[in-house]
Amino acid sequence: MADFFAIWLPDWLALSLAALVHVTLILALALTAAAAFTWAERKVAGRIQDRLGPTRVGGRFGWLQAVADGLKLVSKEDIIPKDADPLLFRAAPYVSFCASFCVYVAMPFANGWVALHLDTAVFFILAVAGLEVLGVILGGYASGSKWSLFGAMREAAQVVSYEVPLALCAVIPVMVAGTMDLVAIGNMQSGWAWNWLIFHNPFLFATFFIYFTCAVASVNRAPFDLPEAESELVAGFLTEYSGFRWSVFFMAEYASMFAVSMLASILFLGGWNGPAPISLWLGLAPDPATGYEPHALLAYVGNFLGMVNILTKATLGVLVMMWARWTLPRLRIDQVMTMCLKYCIPLAAAMFVGAMAYTYAFPAGLIFRVGGGG
Amino acid sequence: MGIDFHTLFFYLLAILASGFALAVVLSNNIVRMAFYLVASLGAVAGLFFLAGADFVGALQLMIYVGGTLVLLIFGVMLTARGPLVNMGTSPAQWAMVGLIGASLLAVLLYAAFSVGRWTDPGRIAPCRPDLMAPTSTPIGLGLLGVRVDRLDADRAAPALSEGMSGYLLPFEIVSVHLVVVLIGAAYLARARRRATIGPAPANRATATDSSPGD
Repeated sequence: MADFFAIWLPDWLALSLAALVHVTLILALALTAAAAFTWAERKVAGRIQDRLGPTRVGGRFGWLQAVADGLKLVSKEDIIPKDADPLLFRAAPYVSFCASFCVYVAMPFANGWVALHLDTAVFFILAVAGLEVLGVILGGYASGSKWSLFGAMREAAQVVSYEVPLALCAVIPVMVAGTMDLVAIGNMQSGWAWNWLIFHNPFLFATFFIYFTCAVASVNRAPFDLPEAESELVAGFLTEYSGFRWSVFFMAEYASMFAVSMLASILFLGGWNGPAPISLWLGLAPDPATGYEPHALLAYVGNFLGMVNILTKATLGVLVMMWARWTLPRLRIDQVMTMCLKYCIPLAAAMFVGAMAYTYAFPAGLIFRVGGGG
Repeated sequence: MGIDFHTLFFYLLAILASGFALAVVLSNNIVRMAFYLVASLGAVAGLFFLAGADFVGALQLMIYVGGTLVLLIFGVMLTARGPLVNMGTSPAQWAMVGLIGASLLAVLLYAAFSVGRWTDPGRIAPCRPDLMAPTSTPIGLGLLGVRVDRLDADRAAPALSEGMSGYLLPFEIVSVHLVVVLIGAAYLARARRRATIGPAPANRATATDSSPGD
């Protein structure tokens, strides 16, 4: 994009403009997703509990509810408790938001549509996503309240433990694909749905579900939402936060939910490649089998369809998380730890060994192979 | 008019890293110190990304920033009470630390300026990520003993010539050693419970003693 602007503008301005466009696009996506999911969460919760959810604000389905929520939150008083550490208390929400927002920098939205094409994208995303917990812990500690401190401690124990199986599960598709480059991993799975990595072998199929469970736990969603468990800890680390700062934490949570779902859809569910190779039929995507390269404009349309595809998959992932939240009861902290240490880690390790043995036994794949096309 | 973004961001990140490092030294509150340390290490990770070493940058984020976080939680928050939260530094400590720091700085400055290639004005670092070579594959293969950068030079030579030996064995030895140390530390630090089968209150007393945040 910098090259595109550089046709008319001096280099420094072109670079700054390109950076601005990237940041604005990603920020717009993260904030719109957060707003849409606030509404969807209420609607899903309502339907699951046999209610209607929001119906009044903005027409029939209450789809302006997110705007109303936002206005209410911004107009609330910003309270800082007397015992709080003011600097850390103020900084904490932004630390969380920065971390969950930076994940999108390396996240591809379609073939080549990525702000920063990193060779080590999977590793970068896991490293940065793990930093979100820093804001939560700082906020919990700086609030000067016992509820907040307990919430922060639970968050620390939970996230530090669940990072291990999460990373193990992400390593398995990386091992099968042979690269940590998310664009390359996505492109490998082009064609029909059986080219997706989740269907590559039985171990990867199981790994997807372990990954999803660990991802839910690492973004603190119910049934693993112990850091804010409202029936035990008032609101956990969020207890002392109000108004805008609270909503920044909230946006960070939704942004990271969406991010782990997107990562899951790239690593396991084919990324921007649909269940059927429609963009291949229409000549909108390059075909590795015939060496066909589409015209730039057609490739753009194909990439746009791919983006819609991956955003749909990620949204479905978030909706499943909501479904789980409003269906399952919250676990106790010891059950959360048991789940991680006694089930998720050994299972993930077993899947790792299994997938390795499978790839060794059938280097070309037994039935399906990576990047097979057609 | 042109702006060298590489230099600009280098100075920006370097100022951030040194500024937060200074804040670590000058602050008295131990939790704020840890926060500044995380920020400083994060800025160093930014410097690695700027230099094109994205793998090392991500490692820095994962190990140092994440590791400091764990240190902050389990080392600081659970033990910091009363006098330990606000730590003053005595003049003697200032003098000693100043001496050590100044000598280290002198050595590092001498080393940095004695490399002729670094001060060469004609040398320009590549600052476009799309022009940089991938880093993870050479590092991974290097661990196994295949040096990608020497592969062409050593095509005629035997497979494991000088400089081609892997780092896998030392790496494994160090990691096993660390695991042993971790288990040992956990064994030494664990709460010692009485082996007698007694009434529940004895156990409950030990449980409350070790609970955080009271």
